[in-house]
Amino acid sequence: MKDRLVIGNVELSSRLFIGTGKFSNNAIIKDCIKSSGCSVVTVAVRRIDFETPEENMLQFIPSDCVVMPNTSGARNAIDAVRIARLAREAGCGNWIKIEVISDNRYLLPDNYETIKATEILAKEGFVVLPYMNPDLMVAKALMDVGAAAVMPLGAPIGTNRGLRTKEMIRILIEEIDLPIIVDAGIGRPSHAAEAMEMGAAAVLVNTAIATAHDPVAAALGFSFAVKAGRLSFIGGASKAELYAQASSPLEGFLDSLQ
Amino acid sequence: MSIILNGKIFNINCPVTIKDLLNSKGINIDRVAVEVNYQIILKQEWDNFLVNDNDQIEVLQFVGGG
Repeated sequence: MKDRLVIGNVELSSRLFIGTGKFSNNAIIKDCIKSSGCSVVTVAVRRIDFETPEENMLQFIPSDCVVMPNTSGARNAIDAVRIARLAREAGCGNWIKIEVISDNRYLLPDNYETIKATEILAKEGFVVLPYMNPDLMVAKALMDVGAAAVMPLGAPIGTNRGLRTKEMIRILIEEIDLPIIVDAGIGRPSHAAEAMEMGAAAVLVNTAIATAHDPVAAALGFSFAVKAGRLSFIGGASKAELYAQASSPLEGFLDSLQ
Repeated sequence: MSIILNGKIFNINCPVTIKDLLNSKGINIDRVAVEVNYQIILKQEWDNFLVNDNDQIEVLQFVGGG
């Protein structure tokens, strides 16, 4: 069965994207990437602390994965553009996840600044995947200015609350002719499967894997859920009924002995 | 002269290039990006780009993030 997902001219072998934040140690990230089979991995860009240098995250990411830096820390479009350019110069390709956030409590994205940043960066040749609050008109605008995919939140970052925005995401899947990748809020494999069953092109999971008791097992669980949900979408769900519908023939019964 | 490197003031002896500065910090310079006064300095320019007094220099790398 051919079921391709192509973004930015790259055919992705998995519909699970993984974030690398919040892991208790970096070495486990490599094992999670392997067990999940993911093909896109997000990272952040930060100042080097020369007194206590951290390991560069890229050494834990296999070379066949697409590295997608995010613009976390950006509070407006200008910041996001600056971070994206620095990320590209640091040398891991031209994918960028736009993340523009000025709300400190819910970390909700600023859709308007996100559109501005997407337009500038798409023109500069970036493969732009904007993290956004699911809104049809904003998604259309993002498509018009050159986004390669749209990444609506299911719930606020790191909350593990599942698809609280399900109806709005469903509308984006129906109306927007770009891959819809559910990002943020997915806390369990069942949430991931639910998104994929609806027709999401992929999901991005970070906190739920990084903070699991056994992150490697959790990553494997998410990979199964994403595959199962996708196959359910392709297979097509059967209609739900109120009353029982017999699965076995209703004729040819033996006569009852009583 | 003094520079602001990743938000902290440092006194350094001049002349010094970006490459010298990075090497003096003992970091792996493979996958880092450098900005001087909000302008990105391309890797191929690091050997010749001289740091000036009061320059604001940012050196960034990839860390874990979602």
